[in-house]
Parts: sequence; C-alpha cells; structure tokens
Amino acid sequence: MSARVQEATFDFAAEMTAFQSTVTRSGAVVSFTGVVRDDTGNLDHMFIEHYPGMTEAALQKFADQATEIFDLEKALVIHRYGQLQPGEAIMMVATAARHRKDAFAGADYLMDYLKSRAPFWKKELSKGSAAWVAAKAQDEAELAAWGLEGTAKES
Amino acid sequence: MKLNILYFAWVRERIGHSQEAYETSAVTVADLITELMARDAGYAAAFADLSVICVAVDQELSDFAAPLSDCREVAFFPPMTGG
Repeated sequence: MSARVQEATFDFAAEMTAFQSTVTRSGAVVSFTGVVRDDTGNLDHMFIEHYPGMTEAALQKFADQATEIFDLEKALVIHRYGQLQPGEAIMMVATAARHRKDAFAGADYLMDYLKSRAPFWKKELSKGSAAWVAAKAQDEAELAAWGLEGTAKES
Repeated sequence: MKLNILYFAWVRERIGHSQEAYETSAVTVADLITELMARDAGYAAAFADLSVICVAVDQELSDFAAPLSDCREVAFFPPMTGG
C-alpha cells in the first residue's frame, strides 16, 4: 500500500497505468481525484498546509486499514500541499479489489478518513480576502457512519 | 520537561509562530493550554474556542485529558480539511 505527500503535481494517467500494471488478482480498479474548486469565481489560489511526519504516517495507516477491511489487493493515496490553482488536482486515491463494491467502498472509506483525520488544512486566497476552509459537520457524520470497526456504512 | 510545540493553520497565525521549545510542568494537554493562554493575547485568541482545537501528542491524535509524561511533541491545530 502506497501513500505519498508531495508539493509537485502528479500525472493521473501515468499513476493509474502504473497502479493497474501491478494488479494481478483484482477485477475492479476505482479511482477518485480531488480538484481545486472555485465556487465564487474569485479564487486566486488555494494553499494547503500539512504536518510533515504525521501526515505520511496517517495516510499509510488509512491505506492499510482500507486494505484490510475491504480486502483490497492494492491501494494508493497521493496528496499534495503548497500553492494550487483552481482546476489543479489536490489528491487522488486508487483501489483494486476482486469485485467493484469493495473497490468503491475502499476508496470511499479512504476519502472519508482523508477529509477529517489527515493533518491537512486548506486556505482559500481570493481577491482581497483569505480564509481557512472550515471542517464540515457532514464530513464527521460520514466518518462516524463507518462505525468503530469500519465495516458498515449505513448513511 | 521540555516540549516541542507545533501550531498549524489559523492557530499558527494567531500565535505568530509555527513551533517552539517550551519548558513546562503541565500534567495534561488541558493544563498546557491553560499555561499557554496566560502568555499573551495571541495564545488566548488561538485557544478561545476549544471546540475547534485538535491536539496531537507525539504525532497521534489525542484529547485534552491526555497526560504529557514522556511526551516530546505536542501539536495544536483546527479540525482537519484534507481531501
């Protein structure tokens, strides 16, 4: 299971080709990409801060958990930090499993943990203003829905 | 006990620096926060609403009741917004 934290952009197509080329027993590969969104039309750029050391360990832990819970053959997480422009990819996850439901669920689980438990903070810098993005109650609810064992998502 | 304390995002901005070595006899995270808040207005502002403060002790998410014995690094930050 692989987790990377980097400032540089990543090549989604190349990452997926490499990911899939090492899969041997899976019939399903799922990916998710998070992109910098400009809701107001005024966003200049996004700044993402993280906690070096803790971030890498947290991503690795979530990837390992997802792998165990959903019997994934392979999981990949890439998350960027630093300055990003609207439309740029912030992060991606990829999962491979025998069947599609586990691949989708594994990716969904990873995303829910990344949103609320990985030490990243987003700041939106717009024309004339700068604001840290607040965590959403909905994100906590999504996380809680997995339950303590992380096996049943009921929402 | 000497701790390395780290601050992130708007907690860092309110306090004015990203890390410091700090000598303390605080027993728990909550004790440490009380000590820090007494230092100046920036710390007081950063910790004014503890419902939006998270803590990691030695890079593991923790809580305000956690003991600080044998700990080397404490980090304070707002709720995380990854993904």
